[in-house]
Amino acid sequence: MSRVVRVELPAHLCVLAGLGREVEVSVEGAVTQRAILDALEAKYPVLQGTIRDHTSGLRRPFLRFFACEQDLSHDSPDDAVPDAVAEGREPFLIIAAIAGG
Amino acid sequence: MSRVRLLVGTHKGAFVLNADGARKDWTISSPFFAGWEVYHMKGSPADPDRIYASQTSGWSGQVMQRSDDGGDTWQAVGNKFAYDGVPGTHQWYDGTPHPWEFKRVWHIEPSLSCPDTVYAGVEDAALFRSSDGGQTWQELAGLRQHGTGPAWQPGAGGMCLHTILLDPTNPERIVIAISAAGAFRSDDGGQSWRPINRGLRSQFIPNPTAEVGHCVHHIARHPSRPDTLFMQKHWDVMRSDDAGDSWREVSGNLPTDFGFAIDVHAHEPETVYVVPIKSDSEHFPLDGQLKVYRSRTGGEEWEPLTKGLPQSHCYVNVLRDAMAVDSLDSCGIYFGTTGGQVYGSTDGGDSWQAIARDLPAVLSVEAQTMP
Repeated sequence: MSRVVRVELPAHLCVLAGLGREVEVSVEGAVTQRAILDALEAKYPVLQGTIRDHTSGLRRPFLRFFACEQDLSHDSPDDAVPDAVAEGREPFLIIAAIAGG
Repeated sequence: MSRVRLLVGTHKGAFVLNADGARKDWTISSPFFAGWEVYHMKGSPADPDRIYASQTSGWSGQVMQRSDDGGDTWQAVGNKFAYDGVPGTHQWYDGTPHPWEFKRVWHIEPSLSCPDTVYAGVEDAALFRSSDGGQTWQELAGLRQHGTGPAWQPGAGGMCLHTILLDPTNPERIVIAISAAGAFRSDDGGQSWRPINRGLRSQFIPNPTAEVGHCVHHIARHPSRPDTLFMQKHWDVMRSDDAGDSWREVSGNLPTDFGFAIDVHAHEPETVYVVPIKSDSEHFPLDGQLKVYRSRTGGEEWEPLTKGLPQSHCYVNVLRDAMAVDSLDSCGIYFGTTGGQVYGSTDGGDSWQAIARDLPAVLSVEAQTMP
């Protein structure tokens, strides 16, 4: 079963990929962080390595994953995301930390 | 009429500057990759409109960009830099073993003959090569694995491979430099490597004349004399006339021999330029006066060049990849500062003009001479 998930990107990745703030991706099977990010990177290959480290597959430290007013950053990438995200009612937010100069 | 293109990487984006052969009036592009650090950009000698750029950020890591039209448009290419095998450890700042971790690309060196072949020097120090225009990258692991790697350590800016010199007379010979490990040479196209640091002396390591551990800041040479290398080390300006087999100090009468940038005149192989910096804790010029020093004797005897440069209240730095020369008949010299200025000279350094004054902090400058 395929679900359409809304993903909101940080501004610098919108520019890099030439996208608007929110994109939609189709996710097959269970809707997890990993499945969402796999679908996002498959649809927009320029994002590969910019959200998750190429080698470790881990979330980059200065990015966080939020949804439904929850911080999902430290959840397992294979946990199901909230139903509202899986059903397309709420976006999966990729947030850039307030850091740098 | 000939023209010159400058590729300027900054702390917050890339800029392409163009001028005709007179080099008086420059156009400055809007920033490319705005908001990202652009450590280096360099064009292919075989196809000057093929340019590679290293785009990086603390949020989203490394992106590599390629232009096929002289910097007007860009496309992201491959950004996967995976070390060969289990990468092992190098020394951390406190002397403990620390695993190799890819952080960013510091320097890009396109092949002298093939636009699709390009080398990348990265932090943590390693050398990668792409043979498909930057789409995929393979490590030349013989460098990191030749034996001294576990003794390498980061400089203050990170453990970066920042210098890649390809030999125009010998395609098998490559010289690279790492901060803080030293210089290394391959004579078989990058498969095997050995340290070339004999003659370097560094007081900040337990054995000042050790085989590795030296904080080399940059190396330059003239293409007609590939065996003569000029090095700006953490302290000391050095020279080798045997492709790095041995080095001798040529700091001579420099007021301070600390600095980052070094380059060689396009038509005078014994004319060398450095920008002396006060010290390793005060990364600015002596007495608030920005001076380029020129030696016309291959070192030892240096003269200050100040005309057109700020001579009061100037506290900028000039980083290792932020100096370049063009190859017009009257050689142009260019450098960028951490204050966002790009200065150029069309008379070999006798006088300077500000080409740009208010860019973000400049990380790198490369010059392309176009027919």
